[in-house]
Amino acid sequence: MNEIAPAHNIGSYVPMVDGPEKVSGRAKYTADFIVPGMLAGRIFRSPYSHAEILEIDVAEAAKLPGVKAIATGADCETAFGVLPVARTEHVLARDRVRYRGEPIAAVAAIDDATAKEALRRIKLKVRELPAYHTAQQAMAPGAIALHDHRPHNLERDVLFELGDVEAAFAAADLVREGVYNCAEVCQNQMEMHAAIADYDAVRDRMTVHASTQVPYYVHLMLAQILDMDMSRIRVIKPHVGGGFGCRTETLNVELIAALLARKAGGCVRLVVNREETFITHRGRPETDIRLKIGMRKDGRITGIECECIQRGGAHSGYGIVTILYAGSMLYAIYALDNVKYIGKRVLTNTPPCGAFRGHGTVDVRFAVESLLDEMARALGLDPFAVRRANLLHAPTFTQNDLMVNSYGLPECLDWVERESGWKVRKGKLPRGKGLGMACSHYISGASKPVNWTGEPHATVKLKLDFDGSIVLLTGAAEIGQGSSTVLVQSVAEVLGLDLSRIRIVSGDSEVAPKDNGSYSSRVTFMVGNAAIEAAQNLKAVLIAAAARKLEAKPDEIECLGELYRAGAQDKGLSFNQVVTEALKDTGTITVTGNYSTIPQSHGGKKYRGAAIGGTMGYSYSAQVVEVTVDEETGVVTVDKVWVAHDCGKALNRLTVEGQVQGSVWMGMGQAMSEEAAYHDGLMVTANMLDYRVPTIQDSPPIEVGIVESIDPHGPFGAKEAGEGSLAAFLPALTNAIADATGLRFNNLPVTPDRVFAAFEKRARDGQANGGGIS
Amino acid sequence: MARILQFTLNGRARTDAVPDNLLLLDYLREVVGLTGTKTGCDGGECGACTVLVDDAPRLSCLTLAVSVEGRRIDTIESLAKDGHLSAVQRGFHEKLGSQCGYCTPGYIMASAGLLRRNANPSDTEIREALGSNICRCTGYVKIIEAVKHAASLCAAGLTP
Repeated sequence: MNEIAPAHNIGSYVPMVDGPEKVSGRAKYTADFIVPGMLAGRIFRSPYSHAEILEIDVAEAAKLPGVKAIATGADCETAFGVLPVARTEHVLARDRVRYRGEPIAAVAAIDDATAKEALRRIKLKVRELPAYHTAQQAMAPGAIALHDHRPHNLERDVLFELGDVEAAFAAADLVREGVYNCAEVCQNQMEMHAAIADYDAVRDRMTVHASTQVPYYVHLMLAQILDMDMSRIRVIKPHVGGGFGCRTETLNVELIAALLARKAGGCVRLVVNREETFITHRGRPETDIRLKIGMRKDGRITGIECECIQRGGAHSGYGIVTILYAGSMLYAIYALDNVKYIGKRVLTNTPPCGAFRGHGTVDVRFAVESLLDEMARALGLDPFAVRRANLLHAPTFTQNDLMVNSYGLPECLDWVERESGWKVRKGKLPRGKGLGMACSHYISGASKPVNWTGEPHATVKLKLDFDGSIVLLTGAAEIGQGSSTVLVQSVAEVLGLDLSRIRIVSGDSEVAPKDNGSYSSRVTFMVGNAAIEAAQNLKAVLIAAAARKLEAKPDEIECLGELYRAGAQDKGLSFNQVVTEALKDTGTITVTGNYSTIPQSHGGKKYRGAAIGGTMGYSYSAQVVEVTVDEETGVVTVDKVWVAHDCGKALNRLTVEGQVQGSVWMGMGQAMSEEAAYHDGLMVTANMLDYRVPTIQDSPPIEVGIVESIDPHGPFGAKEAGEGSLAAFLPALTNAIADATGLRFNNLPVTPDRVFAAFEKRARDGQANGGGIS
Repeated sequence: MARILQFTLNGRARTDAVPDNLLLLDYLREVVGLTGTKTGCDGGECGACTVLVDDAPRLSCLTLAVSVEGRRIDTIESLAKDGHLSAVQRGFHEKLGSQCGYCTPGYIMASAGLLRRNANPSDTEIREALGSNICRCTGYVKIIEAVKHAASLCAAGLTP
């Protein structure tokens, strides 16, 4: 007879719990909820970069048969924005438009063709204003302010110096400076933005299906914009086709849909197209970086000075947080004693940027890891040795008060060095081939939430009923990253049950508890811990019931998942028998699990905004990239990537691998081909052909090494796995190109034309100097 | 103008009055209600809307509904049979070829089309067959593993 034992899943390869829906076409995304009689929404957008609105004439549009509602800025004077300190954006522009494509009016009509025709009939009169499409133009003396409360178009000016950077440079054996430019990039998630707003005029209730990462923020913003009591609103997040950060903010799409629905007194589906999805944006800003590092002969960093300018776009969005992350996250990867950071977030007449996977950290990490590589070469040091000379020793607090409890970077370095054959292959590859390496890190959830309410950071409810099924209720937004799977796994593990006993309901404000949402890689850590606590509470209820039935003490009860018994000789009770006993007192059982971060993780107060960067645990990543560079065409081929990621503990090895591969690959897109380009303020790459996402033909094998540092606070020791490996790809690539060619690329993306031009220039310079290329 | 369209959809004969300018994608989603087929771009850029026309992958966003007169159309909804996922569906589920799932129906139909004509494709053949689909989540590594797993399941007797 087989011994009954608790089921375990943590640390194994677990396919996603919602996978069968996704592969069978049954998974419904927002645009798939087709309601008979619903209206089609369309947005009228600004053709100007910057203009004062003199008149919006919708009379002709309103006369068109089939038009049920037209909304303009006059319908809503309340501004919105993700940060409570920076709510300056209007759902539909009032008085002024600040970027090409900004929504000005919207139409709901009986069908899409009618809505389109109505847009054609809207007349706009404006007085054009000077437009600033670059950060430098917007900051230039005499430039008018996009927002009156932000003189010189500076959304946020950050300056801190910890330690003494000048003294650190004086003490260095080598001081180098580099200038870097990273193009603006877009999330370009596969599902275009969509919302369905259904207004029940009889009850004055609003139900909104939205493709969002944070249903809670949508709920808050809908209440403000509609001036409705929050209790009259229901937000449903169905399956979501990716987000990568652009959906951590409430977007104008869901708010416009709701305004239209209320005005029309019905249901409006607003699905914007791919071009509009690009323009809605919230991607990573174009960033200019000037970086200076001092280093001793042994590779030890003495000091860093970093100036970072971000072209933020026309509204604040997450901008203040982005520019602060870029500075604070210089720390927490290497031991640093002297750091000066100057950050400028600039308002420009381009679509507003936001939080993109690796929020705020990626471009600065590119610069730092590039310059470290250059300096290693100059000092005759191995790039791995330079990283090893600067390691942290956990547990520790950084100079800017960030708490580091677990630190698997040394093991990450060892893994990629070994697996890539670095020691034997570096410097010995044929002409045109090269190896490069770099490191990166990321937070496992921002320790302070955007909306500070005093509630726990995460709450999970478990419902157990007569049928013996456990329903996990959470507001955590599954957006493809596997959050539902990891939460089900956590509960099943604690209870020793098979995953199939547990069902999950996520992202419906009517039944699921509020959650702060899927951003900053917080779900596994925070909601995972809450799920574990909830499962432990449920287990205690079941053990108490089993003890009662078996006439034993609770501490004598052994829980084997499907069997509860009082000692090895006891026949025991099946799970269903225990449930029946447990329900006798209370009926349906619901238990709660909560999680809150500890105050030590909240960052410091040494400069304004120093809380940004604080987290319960940092993930670490090291990468080696192998490239082949074709001198004739400038085409760079990535032959292979080795990546090691310290996620504390891999709760699900399959999804960790998938997240790490996806991160690396997204870094590759930014590094090699992706760029949001503008002509006179018009985004000219707003489609998937001109915005060049790597195809399967361009994409390399990515070998993943999982490093488990077992974080003392993480759920089963886990930390984040979905963002930290993105940033290291960018510098690992350019370091590999430098290894292959001797050419260093500090401007991204490294496109074939840029590589080709660099070869041409070197050939010309070589001829001019009368010498060959070394 | 509308005209009468007769064709086979997911194994069943179907007759419908269809406007001349209606795309097959919109017909499937908005008229029939088969929303498994996805719209991912403004036309021919991403592959999310891939369906099979007489077993060959085709972008339904670039196909007029009236042009499939007399043809056999298969969508993602047709693959699972008798309570079992097809080989390609299992491949994508078990090997995590699908994360957010939005591009997945297009990939699965393109992969099913590949395996119906080539039961044992090489890595290069898989990359070629899926070269016009875009996935933003996986980095493609596990998509290739998913298709290879599906091919091995087909070899064991499952249908693609």
